[in-house]
Order: sequence, then structure tokens, then C-alpha cells
Amino acid sequence: MVCFSYSVDDVGVATIVWDIPGRSMNVLTREGIQQLSDRIDEALSDASVKGIIITSGKETFAAGMDLNVLAGMREEAGERPERKLIEQVMRMHGVLRKIERAGMDPATLKGGKPIVAALPGTALGVGYEIALACHRIFCAENPNARIGLPEIQVGLFPGAGGTTRLVRRLGVMAAAPFLLEGRLSDPKTAERMGLVDSVVDDPVAAARSWILDARKEDLVKPWDTKGYRMPGGSPYHPAGYMAFVGLVAMAHGKTHGVYPAAKALLAAIYEGALVPFDTALKIEARQFVSVLMNPSSVAMIRSLFINKQALEKGAKRPKAPDRPVRRLGIVGAGMMGAGIALVSARAGIDVVLVDLTQEAADRGMAVTEAYMDRSVRRGKATERMKAEVLNRITATTEFEALAGADLVIEAVFEDPEVKAETTGRVEAIIGQDCVLASNTSTLPISDLAKATPRPDRFIGIHFFSPVEKMRLVEIIRGRETGDGAVARALDYVRQIRKTPIVVNDARFFFANRCIIAYVNEGIRMVAEGVAPALIENAAKLLGFPLGPLQLVDETSIDLGARIARVTRAATGGGNANDASDDLLFWMEREGRLGRKVKAGFYVYDEDGVRQRLWEGLGRRYPMAERQPEINVVRQRLLLVQVLEAVHALEEGVLTDVREGDVGAVLGWGFAPWSGGPFSWLDMIGPKTAVETCERLEALYGARFRVPDLLKEMTARAGGFYTLGET
Amino acid sequence: MAEAYIYDAVRSPRGKGRSGGSLHEVTSAKLSADMLNALKTRNDLDGHAVEDVIWGNVTQVGEQGGCLARTAVLASELDESIPGVSINRFCASGLEAVNMAANQIRGGAGNAYIAGGVEMMGRVPMGSDGAAVAADPTVAMKVYFVPQGISSDIIATEYGFTRDDADALAVRSQQRAKTAWDEGRFRNSIIEIKDINGLTILDHDEYMRPETDMQALGSLEPSFSELGETTPGFDRIALMKYPHLERIEHIHHAGNSSGITDGAAAVLLGSKAYGERNGLKPRARIVGTAKIGTDPTIMLTGPVPVTRKILAENGLEIADIDLFEVNEAFASVVLRFMQAFDVDPDVVNVNGGAIAMGHPLGATGAVILGTLLDEIERADMETGLATLCIGSGMGVATVIERV
Repeated sequence: MVCFSYSVDDVGVATIVWDIPGRSMNVLTREGIQQLSDRIDEALSDASVKGIIITSGKETFAAGMDLNVLAGMREEAGERPERKLIEQVMRMHGVLRKIERAGMDPATLKGGKPIVAALPGTALGVGYEIALACHRIFCAENPNARIGLPEIQVGLFPGAGGTTRLVRRLGVMAAAPFLLEGRLSDPKTAERMGLVDSVVDDPVAAARSWILDARKEDLVKPWDTKGYRMPGGSPYHPAGYMAFVGLVAMAHGKTHGVYPAAKALLAAIYEGALVPFDTALKIEARQFVSVLMNPSSVAMIRSLFINKQALEKGAKRPKAPDRPVRRLGIVGAGMMGAGIALVSARAGIDVVLVDLTQEAADRGMAVTEAYMDRSVRRGKATERMKAEVLNRITATTEFEALAGADLVIEAVFEDPEVKAETTGRVEAIIGQDCVLASNTSTLPISDLAKATPRPDRFIGIHFFSPVEKMRLVEIIRGRETGDGAVARALDYVRQIRKTPIVVNDARFFFANRCIIAYVNEGIRMVAEGVAPALIENAAKLLGFPLGPLQLVDETSIDLGARIARVTRAATGGGNANDASDDLLFWMEREGRLGRKVKAGFYVYDEDGVRQRLWEGLGRRYPMAERQPEINVVRQRLLLVQVLEAVHALEEGVLTDVREGDVGAVLGWGFAPWSGGPFSWLDMIGPKTAVETCERLEALYGARFRVPDLLKEMTARAGGFYTLGET
Repeated sequence: MAEAYIYDAVRSPRGKGRSGGSLHEVTSAKLSADMLNALKTRNDLDGHAVEDVIWGNVTQVGEQGGCLARTAVLASELDESIPGVSINRFCASGLEAVNMAANQIRGGAGNAYIAGGVEMMGRVPMGSDGAAVAADPTVAMKVYFVPQGISSDIIATEYGFTRDDADALAVRSQQRAKTAWDEGRFRNSIIEIKDINGLTILDHDEYMRPETDMQALGSLEPSFSELGETTPGFDRIALMKYPHLERIEHIHHAGNSSGITDGAAAVLLGSKAYGERNGLKPRARIVGTAKIGTDPTIMLTGPVPVTRKILAENGLEIADIDLFEVNEAFASVVLRFMQAFDVDPDVVNVNGGAIAMGHPLGATGAVILGTLLDEIERADMETGLATLCIGSGMGVATVIERV
């Protein structure tokens, strides 16, 4: 397959065009690396070639490395793959270094040919790293384009010289957000920040004329000249020292030290900054390979890249004709309904937003307006885009306006009767083909479906709050939900560019059942006398965005208490949550309902800004003299959720561990470094997991009892990710 | 095993460690050499009089680099046959130098040593030598590195010391230092620093603010809250290591932390035979020395375990010690020491400390040992213990006894 084509024009400018057939975006494969290398060789050895343009035949330049290739590389590299992986990474460095040196004599810096990257659009990951090796980067003025190095977000870091080059190009502090956070920029911002050299109308034309005018010193990278100094100072330069100390501290605090890729990236930056460029590349390669081999990174790549993408592309979609949602009905313009309207209208879907009063409907619409205003202020949208989005939303009290909808989502009050009544009203208007969905987070879908004469067209579409921010959508298949409804829901989620998981109906579905277990375990520990700070900090040390107590403050204590009451009623009381329920009910009686009333487990100021843990808690639940080891607190918080996930799999709520893992990380920020609950179990191994469960069960009760499925795993090789295989 | 004795101890006055400080015009080689010359003159040291000069110094770059110990010997009137070795145990370097010298003597490797140290903090800024423990991510993340100021506030939070506790200790330090100077308690040890023409540059500790009271200190902003809470947010790291704490209370500020100063100090140590041969009278015996490593994040709690260690190793109880010098790096360090051993504040740092007079890093250990010795002589006591907290989590201690 030809990935990189090659031609030379009449003035001697060679153009290498990256254009992988049959793919919407270029990704770098092993075959591609070889071809790029060969094309460069060809151009450098042809005396009639004056310079080289590297560009793309697509609207974008490249999406990055093919991460499946990376995973494959590791698997193929044999018993002790590190050596082979280093060789491959160093080969990649060799190709990019060849571009950078461009045939010049490294001693005299003479004789090189100008090589320019002409980016028509998005250049991510290794796509941008190739550009960084060139002598000049021109980028088209394309506001939709994104430039940057997002590797860190999937558990990697830029390992094709991007780390070493960007730090030397910008200095450590300026490069930090792009490397450590994976921040992406549009071309104008990228130009301002120094990621690209010029934003132009026609990057190929600009590249050509730059090549023809290039002077010999234009071809020498600052780091290849004598006396190069890193912008902002290297680690032991007086200014650089404080920058490095600060950067390490900042990264350590933000990542809580649980991400191997962040550690490796920092090491590559620091150690690389102390040595010449080529030695720095070697260091970068060693660190990069250590990350490729790290189980946490392997799991992160699998969940956050490979499987997330597979689910987004319809891995779980039943076979059914494509039917995008053109017209969406939403009943209930509260926080969730308004958020759903916003994300749908932004995706180009016509939205009818219905509520009982016009005032309520308008309030829901105002959410979109406020959001779009903010986007315009931040330069992320134009006034025209805002007008278009707003025009797509009709806020009304008329249920009749739902006629012609492809999908209706109800987001009314969480009360079976209210929901049933809504369903009845909607059913009277919508067409035969329309799918009706409930955004309930607590009520079983199969029960709600009783209010419709067409339960096969009834489904759960569970959004997370805030809708515009949360990436996951949990689709719940009721007992009678048909494949067509599932396919419609998945198509819709794809339209709004979120990540779906499909689960079967059961109390609290998948996500909430794990979240509730997490929160309850935190509250229970308070009741036991564990220091609340220890509980909250333990959660953060696991990489959770919010500790359980802060989480319940955010979602509100009365919701927690309501869930507890419903659960007690459903299970006939006498459940394992007595201790945490008592505490919740007491908080509710005390009126400490969470952040919404500026009083909960935490104390808030008048603006609702969290100040500190509430001391009153200690009066009723005094802290024990002897506090548990932080590791015990961590294990309890993590395992209680993991076991819920295993139960969900056992019970058939989850049908696929990939969905369990992707859903957990995206849905509630479950320890992202682990790749999800099942990846975590595979990482520590079923034997260790069983031992931990047994220890915790003896100390803390039956909810830590080893699930049968986990016990079975100890007898088989391969772990949860091989469950479907024979 | 031979015994090691202290024969003499001198120190420079402490100058403010910044431009405008009186010693800012003095080189570290000269200040060091002045101390060596003082010992030579006071004790008639001639020829190969001591085996070595062990010289503590923290920031060993620039004029303090290149083995300042040997430079100091060469810059002094001592014989060139006397070598010199620079050592760095951060804030305890001066005391560690004494301990090393004592232990060499006790082990029979030489009869006499000069030990001490210098730090010209205004000329060679603290931290200007770099430190991988802070900047190398692999190490810094492994040890949960935070700067000392944050560590001092962790101590306060962990052990329950309030801003008022710390400020009260600081006021007391100032008052005691003033009394000590007023009564001439340092007179025997202070070496006036003179210029090339014999004119006085500095003859007193100029950092002191004897008028300091609780109200004045109350108006000072905490020094480490920005570093801890905002940029780069070291408190987050502190809480990762101390997760039972909800937040770090920032109680330390310029008024209850040690002062940045220039200064030097030197101690002459020798065996019993050395004194007899040279007609010198020993002033105190080194009873024991100790060093220890502790958690590097809270970092500055070393004086407690190292004191436990030195007491145990020498068959002593805390009550056997008449007088303590616990370096006032930060108020909480001393508060923690007194809390841990339940010792009377009236026997700790009775002539003030580094909060009032300053903490020239490489010198302070030798300074406080000299102060301890002067005071047990003046007050007619028997035993004294000097100890310091140390960067990266260490502790050093020395117990002396009058002879």
C-alpha cells in the first residue's frame, strides 16, 4: 500500500504526500515509517532536488500513530520485548533525525536540503512530531484543525522525538501544557504559542517559496548549533531550576503520582535537558519503551483509545438500517434536559424542548444560549454558529411539537407516576417508528416500559451530569427493548460524539450501582470513625476526581437518602448499608443536603465554594483513636466498586468487560491509570484479588465476599479480557 | 578508644545575608581564614598543628566551590601541610564536621582537628548549587519532595502547633538573644571581623530585632501558603504523604523562621595527649555523636529521633542533659523537640537562636555547639546537647560534658 507518494516539480522541489488509501485520516504504520524514510532518501540523494515538502492528500495531516500497531509491536517482540521495542523506536528517531539533518555534514552544518511540513489541517501525535523534525512548519488557516500531542491522555507520552524537540523549541514551562496535559491548539493559537511557524492560506505554496529562499542557517535547528541554550533555562540554570522544581511538583500534585506515563515523560524531559540532543533521544526512547511495557499504560491505551474508539464506532450496535436522528424531542427542560438539548443542537440535530410551562422551557433553552455565549467569548464559536445552534432548538409547552421526532428523551422528575404520565402523553403524538427513551438514573427501564404500548421501542439513555462535559452515555436495554431501538440510541450517541455502553436493565444499571457502592463505603467509614480527610485523600490517591464525601455533596445528600430508602424497600430492609444509611438520614434531617444548600459533609462559603470538612460530623461520629492504614482505605474504596462491576457482569447487566472498563473511567472517573475495574483485576491477578477480598470480608463484611466469577478466574489463565475466548 | 575534647571554639558575628549586610563585602575564603587564624593565635598552633580542617558548607559553588576547606587553609596563616576537606550535611554541616573530627580522634586517626564551617548566604544564594532531590522527577516524586518551609508547616499541622505558639517562641528567641548580648555571654567566642587595614567590619549579630513582639509578628503574612496552596501547590504533595490531614496550616513567616545570614565558626578538637603536649586545657569532652535519616517530606523532625539515638547509645536519659541547643530553623522544629521530650523551655536555646540571630547554613552547627559550651561553663552545668534538623530528612546531634 502506498502511504507516501513522491514527485518532483520543474524547479526541483520534491513533494512527499501522505495519503493512506481507504482511511479518512492518516495514521503512521510500520510500513509508513519505511516509506517515509525511503522517500526522504530518494530526495536527499537526488542532486537535482533543492528541497522537500511533506504534506497530506487529505483535509488533515495525520491523526497520529496507529496505536493498534504499537500494541502489536509489543506482542510480536517476543519474550523480552524491550530490546526490540527500543530498536524500533530508535529507528523512528533515525528517520526523523534524517529529516532534521537533511543530509548536512554534522560538523560543518553544511550541505543540507530544506525540508518543510505543510499541514492542511489537524496534525496530532506522531503527525505533529514529523512536522517538528522539519525545518519549518506551515499550517493552513483552518479553525477546525487541531495541532498537538495528546498521547498523555491515553497513557502514553510523545515518543517520536516530540518530547525532546518541543522542550528544546519552547522551553520546559511553555512546553508543559502540551506535553503533560496533551493540550491541543487551533492553528492560530499554535502559531502564537510557537508550535507552528506560520499559518497561511496555502501551506504547500508557502513551503515551496520558503524552500527556494532558504539560507543554510535556516536548516540548522537551534539545538544543533554551538552554544544552544534552552529557552527559560535548563534544569541547573538559575531560572530553569525553579521551573523544573515547580513543574515536577505541579505534575506530581495533579497526577497524584499514579500515572506511569507522566513520570516517564518528566524523566525524559529532565534527563534529556541535561545532555546533547541525540543522547536525549536515547533517553526519551528508553522511557517511552518503559511506558509501552507498563501494565497501567497498556490498560489505559486499551480502554481509553482502542476500546473507546471501537464502542464509538458501533462495536455493540445490533444490525439495523442506519437511521440518524434528525429531529429529537426532549421532555423536561431541567438541568439534564437542557444539557441534552445543548449537545444535540450542537451536533446539528433539530431539538424540540418541551416543559409544562413556557418559562421552564425557556430556562432550559437559556442554558444553550449561555453556553454558546461563552464559546463565542472564548473564540471557540462564531456568532453565526451560535445563531444556528439556537435556531435548532424549539422551546415549547406543546407536546404536539414532538410529532415527527425520530427519538424522544424524557428527562422529567424521577418519579414512576410522573414518568408514566409523560410517556402516555408522548406516545399519543409520536409516530410508530419513533424511539422513546428515558434518562432515568435510578428507575428500572422495564418497569417504566409498562406505560408504553410499544416496549420494543422504549429504552434508557442515561446521561451523566454535566451533560456537555461528561463523555459517557449509558444505554439501557429493557427486558423488551428491541434491537432497532438500541441501534437508534447508538446512532444518536454517535451523532453527539459521546461514548456509549449498552447494558441490560437492573437496579441502578451499571454506573450508578458502582458509584453508590463507592459513596456508601466512604460514608460507612465515617460512621466507623475513619478520619474524613483520610477517606477523601485516599480516593484522590487512587486517581478519583472526587472523594466519596465530596461526590455525595455534589449530587446531594437527599438524593442519596432517597436511593437508600428505595433500596431498603426493594431489598426488604436489613441490608448491608445500615451504617451509611443512618448517617445519610441524619445528615438529611440536619438539613445538610450538600453543596446546593451550601452545607453537607463540607462547609461552603456564600458563593458555594467548598471550604473544609464539617466539624459537626465529628461530634456525632467521633474519629477513632487508631486510624487505618491508608492502603486499607484505598483498597476498600476501590474494591467495593470493582466487585459491583464483577457482579454486574455475572448478572448479565454488563455483557462485555470493555464496556465495563470504558464506562467506569469515562462515567465516574474510576482510577483512569487502571484502565477500568476489569483491567485492574487482570493487572493484579485474580489470586491477589481473591486474597484481598477474603481479608476485607473478614474485617468489614459480606460485601467483599469473593464473587463466583472471580473465584473461577483463579482457575483459568488469561483474565477477564479473555473471557469470551475459548 | 581515645577520648576527644574541645579545646576552643570561635565564631564570627552574623551579618544579614544580603546586599547591604555588613559581611556582604567579605569573601567566604577570608571569613573562613579569619576563624582558622583566630584558633591559631589563641592556641599557638604551629606547623602541622592539626591533622585536617573539616569544613562544613552547604552551597558549594562559585567562591564556596572547589574545596573551600583547602582554600581556607591556604588563605589562612596555618601551615600548608594541613589539608582541608569540605563537607555538606546541609544545615548540620558545622556540627557534622565536629562529629567527624571527634570520631577520627577517638578512632586514633590524628591527634587534633579543626572543624567548623561557613556560609555566605548573601553572596552564594541558597539553592544555587541545584538539587536533584527537588528537580529530578524520578527522585522528587519518589520522596514526595516539598521545600523546607512546607515541611515546617507540616510539622505544625501534624503536631498541633499554632501560629501563636510559633510566634511566642520567636519573641522569646529575640529577648534571650538580646539579654545574652547585653550580658556579654558571647564575648569569649566572637571574633570581630576586620578589613585589611584593621578596621572593624562587624562585631555583633546584626540580624536581631529585640523589639519584636507578638503584635509585630502577627502582622506578617505566612511565607509558604502561596507555594503550598497555589503555585506549584506543594500542599497537595504533603497531603499525599500525610493523607490523614485535611490541609496544611501555614504558620511560618519571616519572623518565626531562621534568618538568612553570613557567618562562620570553628572548633579546635584534640585528644587528651594533644592538650597535654601543647599546654592546652580541654573545655569539654565529646560524650557522643549521632546522625540519622528520617522521612524526607516532613523533613525537619530529625532532632527527635537522633536525640533518642544518642541518648540510648550513651546510656543517658533526657533528664541527664542540663542544657539544649536545638537549631531554630523554624519555630515548629523546636516546639516539636520540646513536645516530644517534654523538656522545659527554660533549658532550650537559653541565649536565643537562629530565629533571632540567623542561620548561616554551613556554620550554624559549630556556632550552637560553641554557644552551648560557653553557657554550660557560665551557668556551671555539666552536660549539653546540640542538635539540628536537616534538609532531605536527617538529624545530627552531639552531647558534650565539661571536664
